Amino acid sequence: MGAGRLYAAVAAGGFRRYATYRAATAAGVFTNTVFGLILVYTYRALWDARPHLGGYDQAQAVTYVWLGQAFLSTLAIGGGGVEDELMERIRTGDVAIDLYRPADLQLWWLAADLGRAFFQLLGRGLLPFVFGALCFPVYLPADAGTWAAFLVAVVLAMLVGFGIRYLVALSAFWLLDGTGVVQMAWLLGFFCSGMLLPLNVFPGALGEVVRALPWSSLLQAPADILLGHADPFPAYLFQAAWAAALLGAGRLVQAAATRRVVVQGG
Amino acid sequence: MAEGRAERLAEGVRAYRLIAGMWVRSTMAYRASFAMTTFGNFAATFLDFVAIMLMFSRVDALGGYPLPEVAFLYGLSAASFGLADLLIGSMERLGRRVRDGTLDTLLVRPAPVLAQVAADRFALRRLGRVVQGALVLGWSLTRVDVGWTAERLLLMPVMVVSGCGIFCAVFVAGAAFQFVAQDASEVQNAFTYGGTTLLQYPPTVFAKELVRGVTFVLPLAFVNWLPATYVLGRPYPLGLPLWLAWAPPLVAVGCCALAGLAWRTGLRSYRSTGS
Repeated sequence: MGAGRLYAAVAAGGFRRYATYRAATAAGVFTNTVFGLILVYTYRALWDARPHLGGYDQAQAVTYVWLGQAFLSTLAIGGGGVEDELMERIRTGDVAIDLYRPADLQLWWLAADLGRAFFQLLGRGLLPFVFGALCFPVYLPADAGTWAAFLVAVVLAMLVGFGIRYLVALSAFWLLDGTGVVQMAWLLGFFCSGMLLPLNVFPGALGEVVRALPWSSLLQAPADILLGHADPFPAYLFQAAWAAALLGAGRLVQAAATRRVVVQGG
Repeated sequence: MAEGRAERLAEGVRAYRLIAGMWVRSTMAYRASFAMTTFGNFAATFLDFVAIMLMFSRVDALGGYPLPEVAFLYGLSAASFGLADLLIGSMERLGRRVRDGTLDTLLVRPAPVLAQVAADRFALRRLGRVVQGALVLGWSLTRVDVGWTAERLLLMPVMVVSGCGIFCAVFVAGAAFQFVAQDASEVQNAFTYGGTTLLQYPPTVFAKELVRGVTFVLPLAFVNWLPATYVLGRPYPLGLPLWLAWAPPLVAVGCCALAGLAWRTGLRSYRSTGS
């Protein structure tokens, strides 16, 4: 089996695996829709008080809310990606079996996470977004080119998201119990990705700092492309640079970590 | 009959205390870990408030409410919900217990199941959220422009305790729902975490239908919107009578009774997975 086909099969497995949790998916759709509703009203109040805040009009701000709800589980911004399982395997030592496999550890988990992310995008992301678009005045580009450019940015966001979470997971090699790291990671992710408030609304230097961090690749970058607020290519460059840096760091940490693995007998 | 019920309640409280105490002792075995997770809990909810402060760095009022008044609503909602979450937040794990069959173990123990499920994995770190809510509430009290009278002061603890009761009812009803839909524990988050987020903003921000829904259908508005707008001397958006500001205790008792009924129905319908 070619390497490409192997990882494609792993990704398909990740997709199918999450597709089996139908009740959980339906529950997620419902919850994301409720949170979207609450956020939409608060954003509308905010944009009522300050029209064109951050360069968005009200319809763009509303679209931003539903994008955030669609990406929350897709990019596992609040956690809940494959990193949970990887950390558990590191903690129990099962990761030793993964290291025996004739496959690259990082690519294997990346493929599984991409499969998961695509399912979450279709299964959990699409419905709240459609609901939002039907119930509120939203901004949606009419040309297919913008949508295609947006989808490329979403895929790059998936790579960056995985890059961050893979590093978080690998910390379990040293810490064993990664609860604290996971918690700090999702707090940072939530705040710095623009889930709480679009990053272009953040004031002054704080805004500049959060926009330069990798998390702005997750929600802000694709949203700005869809909302016609940013050119695709500089955004791609930014996302790709962070993806390369994070995945590269992941490789280095992985190499250091696997040297530490001691397989316990018995 | 009434005596039997009181006895059963006392038994439940005792079981709850014993189990929760055990979990506290086990948590305290790792004090550094406890300190970190409590701080994390505090920080997680604090970021919500940071987002609100960032909004107010750009505007003077949201839905006509200035920052201290929004902080007042926020503090009341976060403190009430935080208390409920601390007391029985573990109930959201019920779906998992139904799925993997570990609920059976609780059924054969000689203690009320509700008390056991509620105290299961009692997490003292959830104090972080209560502390955060109380701090924001305290700060807002120094800033809001309210002529404090005895009745307004009295309404403060009444609000927090009744609000906690209403949220507890939501937790219990959500857990009862999980007997039916084991995999759908996330639906509960929409009403618990979603509910507290909703109440952190002024009612004037939301559509009338939504405000009606959380007043008459799922009476979350009694946690803070109704009594707090009374304290702040603002008109209630649905034009409801002012005396309803004193209704929260009654609403809380009613909600808890209904949730208890739902719980019993759910528990009776329970069939073990047999695994």
